[in-house]
Amino acid sequence: MAALKVVRSGSRLLNGFQSLLNNPRKVTCGVAATVTKHPRWYCVSHLSVQERIERKRKAALSGGGQQRIEAQHRRGKLTARERVELLLDPDSFVEYDMFVEHRCSDFGMEADHNKDFTVFGGSLSGAHAQKICKIMDQAMMVGAPVIGLNDSGGARIQEGVESLAGYADIFLRNVMASGVIPQISLIMGPCAGGAVYSPALTDFTFMVKDTSYLFITGPDVVKSVTNEDVTQEELGGAKTHTAVSGVAHKAFENDIDALLNLREFFNFLPLSNKDSAPITECHDPSDRLVPGLDTVVPLETTKAYDMLDIIHGIADEREFFEIMPNYAKNIVVGFARMNGRTVGIVGNQPKVASGCLDINSSVKGARFVRFCDAFNIPIITFVDVPGFLPGTAQEYGGIIRHGAKLLFAFAEATVPKITVITRKAYGGAYDVMSSKHLRGDVNYAWPSAEVAVMGAKGAVQIIFRGKENQAEAEAEYVEKFANPFPAAVRGFVDDIIQPSMTRKRICRDLEVLASKKQANPWKKHANIPL
Amino acid sequence: MASHRVTPALQRVLFTWQHVAWKSRCCAVASHAKYSTVYDPAEKTFDKILIANRGEIACRVMKTCKKMGIKTVAVHSDVDSSAVHVKMADEAVCVGPAPTNKSYLNMDAILEAARQTGAQAVHPGYGFLSENKEFARRLAAHGVTFIGPDTHAIQAMGDKIESKLIAKKAKVNTIPGFDGVVKDAEEAVRIAGEIGYPVMIKASAGGGGKGMRIAWNDEETREGFRFSSQEAASSFGDDRLLIEKFIDNPRHIEIQVLADKHGNALWLNERECSIQRRNQKVVEEAPSTFLDPETRCAMGEQAVSLAKAVQYSSAGTVEFLVDSKKNFYFLEMNTRLQVEHPITECITGLDLVQQMIRVAKGYPLQHRQADIPINGWAIESRVYAEDPYKSFGLPSIGRLSQYQEPVNIPAVRVDSGIQEGSDISIYYDPMISKLVTYGSTRAEALQRMEEALDNYVIRGVTHNIPLLREIITHPRFVSGDISTKFLQEVYPEGFKGHQLSDSERWELLATAVALFVAAQLRSQRFLGNLRVSSSQQEQRRWELSVELEKGVHAVTVSRSGSTYAVDLDGKRVDVSSEWNLASALLPVTVNGTQRTVQCLSRSASGEIDLQYLGTSYKLRVLSKLAAALNKHMPEKVPEDTSSILRSPMPGSVVAVSVKAGDTVAEGQEICVIEAMKMQNSMTAAKTAKVKSVHCNAGDTVGEGDLLVELE
Repeated sequence: MAALKVVRSGSRLLNGFQSLLNNPRKVTCGVAATVTKHPRWYCVSHLSVQERIERKRKAALSGGGQQRIEAQHRRGKLTARERVELLLDPDSFVEYDMFVEHRCSDFGMEADHNKDFTVFGGSLSGAHAQKICKIMDQAMMVGAPVIGLNDSGGARIQEGVESLAGYADIFLRNVMASGVIPQISLIMGPCAGGAVYSPALTDFTFMVKDTSYLFITGPDVVKSVTNEDVTQEELGGAKTHTAVSGVAHKAFENDIDALLNLREFFNFLPLSNKDSAPITECHDPSDRLVPGLDTVVPLETTKAYDMLDIIHGIADEREFFEIMPNYAKNIVVGFARMNGRTVGIVGNQPKVASGCLDINSSVKGARFVRFCDAFNIPIITFVDVPGFLPGTAQEYGGIIRHGAKLLFAFAEATVPKITVITRKAYGGAYDVMSSKHLRGDVNYAWPSAEVAVMGAKGAVQIIFRGKENQAEAEAEYVEKFANPFPAAVRGFVDDIIQPSMTRKRICRDLEVLASKKQANPWKKHANIPL
Repeated sequence: MASHRVTPALQRVLFTWQHVAWKSRCCAVASHAKYSTVYDPAEKTFDKILIANRGEIACRVMKTCKKMGIKTVAVHSDVDSSAVHVKMADEAVCVGPAPTNKSYLNMDAILEAARQTGAQAVHPGYGFLSENKEFARRLAAHGVTFIGPDTHAIQAMGDKIESKLIAKKAKVNTIPGFDGVVKDAEEAVRIAGEIGYPVMIKASAGGGGKGMRIAWNDEETREGFRFSSQEAASSFGDDRLLIEKFIDNPRHIEIQVLADKHGNALWLNERECSIQRRNQKVVEEAPSTFLDPETRCAMGEQAVSLAKAVQYSSAGTVEFLVDSKKNFYFLEMNTRLQVEHPITECITGLDLVQQMIRVAKGYPLQHRQADIPINGWAIESRVYAEDPYKSFGLPSIGRLSQYQEPVNIPAVRVDSGIQEGSDISIYYDPMISKLVTYGSTRAEALQRMEEALDNYVIRGVTHNIPLLREIITHPRFVSGDISTKFLQEVYPEGFKGHQLSDSERWELLATAVALFVAAQLRSQRFLGNLRVSSSQQEQRRWELSVELEKGVHAVTVSRSGSTYAVDLDGKRVDVSSEWNLASALLPVTVNGTQRTVQCLSRSASGEIDLQYLGTSYKLRVLSKLAAALNKHMPEKVPEDTSSILRSPMPGSVVAVSVKAGDTVAEGQEICVIEAMKMQNSMTAAKTAKVKSVHCNAGDTVGEGDLLVELE
């Protein structure tokens, strides 16, 4: 569970208690962290208030004391305070509630409050939950993102229902803040039991390789309940969650790597749903031609290519922050900038499973599209999709239900939507991938595009079943349908463009669409097929 | 980046403009767009020429055809259908699938293409069918002119045994050796014993270093015989081998000849091609620093007399080995246009392709021997898609994600057949381009080469620019003290990249740090965000740490304008630049010295890869705090590679010599990988038992694929 809640917002909204960080995009943070209980303090009441303040600050700043700090370091991890310092700009962090234990003690509670591992193993107490809630409320009010650095052993058994209540208080705030301010979780140690649901409710969950774990119950409980032998790493390590379960969105090498990347990632995001996506200074010309794209799609329609080549080609400075790079690799999602403006990119990946849509890729894509839509980030979709993956595994798994999520997400999105069909756009998958019919603002086709109900071979087998001359019919089908014209003459694609012009066109369209206003009918909330 | 990323069409325009501008300053110079020979439109040659080749040489031939007003026909394999040479031609015909024996060596298909398109002549380029007498004969039978010598000369010179006999007869100095085909490995050992070690075993039909091995003892002779015959069979379809005395430490100097069908022949001076790896040329120059006018003249005259002895017509090259006493021995004659012909064009002003076309049409030569000048100095670097850190260059493949030729520098000629987005595939030669620079003196040409290499942007494939830049700046090369052993002697342990001097190290560190700060500052400049305070002062001073090759340095940086003053262990280095962070090229001024550095990558975690002085360096810049905490980060142990054999390059497995359970000795051959027609023996890194074998003969493997595991 979050040891630290760091919130950021524009500086003009913050005064007095908050510290200003960083850059013009101010980071303001409060923290609920790192307070240690020290019984002897209560014996020194004769000290002046000033002196008591000083001593408590010192004690708090040292976390669990030098020994505990060293123990944390030996595990290859940093203390909460070090982490916060790295995440934020120098001297920009001001801590909230450093003295919270006072109040707790006064109320005679078993005081241990936080999830900083150097202090009391970092399980959650009622007091700590309160600190987190306080920060989150504040963040919601001003419209500032929340970052949670999680390193927690779970609920404090000694505290019983109090700590469960604490969790629920946080969960509620995660849910209330969802779609209002971006919420990011960085898992930096074990995070087990109820604690895992807070990251699960946030927009992005990142992990640190080898030192972080997420699971409902640890290997010991697993062994006693299901008799499975499994290590922590296999059960809930970064590899498991980024490649198998899809719980985490990305993993980093170590604490420092993770925090520095988080800083980078942060710059893609708007402060809240009321702010537009950020625009940074850009040195890459918006009208740059990308000659390499003219040859990226192979001539044989069955040959794979790397969708990332296209994405890197069009993005500012070839920079692409990929989300879930190791999960459902048949779809690529992530953030990039176009002429300095943050965009979300969704692309089918022909290199993996021909870029088909299956359960996992649909869900991965849908969640990403919804994030972008919630936070005013334009969506650029690159389509090369042969269809949905057939088979019992997919049907039994509910591909209909899950595929509908991606369809739903694209259809409901009101942010600028630009679509480029690079090659195949077959069947229902064509509709799903941000088609004109789902309110795509600008839909392009490359000359290599084939918008059709299905590929030539399959189509001919159905239409001319049992007939001879299949090859001839196939050639005719290719001539008629395996090209961008049928869609273009109907206005389902707005233009057929030379691939090398793609960046130029998208940058221009984004400029025009910046003022796009579109609203869905009033509703309490939509009912996405979960 | 903006100004550098231009369309291919625009690039060509720039290229032409470039040379026009340059011509006005230096008219004696022959650059690509400027030859001293005239293109006489009244001189009728051919209406349409088919170029039976691919890549840069096909493009090169087409350029001259266009100047002469001749229509061009490209042939291509299916994977090459969007290649540059195809786009450049007026017509293109697909002649088969990717493997060369089914496409570019497919005579039937090429003859058919010539018939279909009505091409009157065929230029074969180099390699492929260029020295195939059968091809020349069949073309003639179809009434199509072969732009090259006639079949008799190709046959006579194509066979190394016969060519040696003819050379002897023509009073050309030859190397002692066995004038016959060697039957088997044991005979090879016997003959080698007679000639005396070291000996050279080579394919009778060979060229370009393929199918060629040097042996210093009986064991190596047997091994060399096996490799050479396999390579010869796969490259030329002819596994006949011959053996001759190997001249240790020689120079490889060749004479360009040009002859017509009327018995006239000229020598167009020499090319020094001693810098080689595995008998393939890497850097060439014209003229040679080594030859005096007398030797040059003697070599030239022998070359011409050989050409005349076989009634040679067209352009050809007579290769010589030259020992330290300026004794020269005939090696072979290449009856085609050479890869490195541009340097001869630079110093003589002749357009060799034009001359070949004229001669093929039957015109007499335009020049007399006295007309052939040596104007200035030209150097050619062969830029390859290969990893120079592995045996001076093992092939690498991939997609050129970014590609930019340094044609904005004066007196630079780049002959290439690829562009941004092209694929370097396993099917063909991994050459990216020939980078040629010219100067009125050797020093000037070298200086330009340095600059051109620094400004050459190649991303997506591993390339040999680090090695090229080291060669052309090495004191031994600069002084002209070279031989075919140059690379092995200068880099006995293998090429390790540029070795930084202290001051270079400071320069590099400071550049990385300044780039880091410039990027940090930019990432804080948000436009159009309403909730941004305008009162915030931009940071002016940074305390950072920079790491290079395990050395960590504390630095402080302060900024004034676009100049960063970097304080590095008490040394002050000023770095200034425009800091265009999107450009692949980063021109910086470091303590007053101008340089072009390339930023290969920058990551959020402070890693910066810079290409500096040709070599790429991995640096890491961190804040002081992050650097201090970095020591607590766990060290991730890389896998022990001594027990794992991975394919160093993409290719196909020709043979696997071990099976699971075998015990192998360190250095013992485990398997053979063939890539770009070269066979590479993979050997065991330690003595151990074979745990498992993950490849079979005939498999196609990618770079880094697991081949064999040892225990």
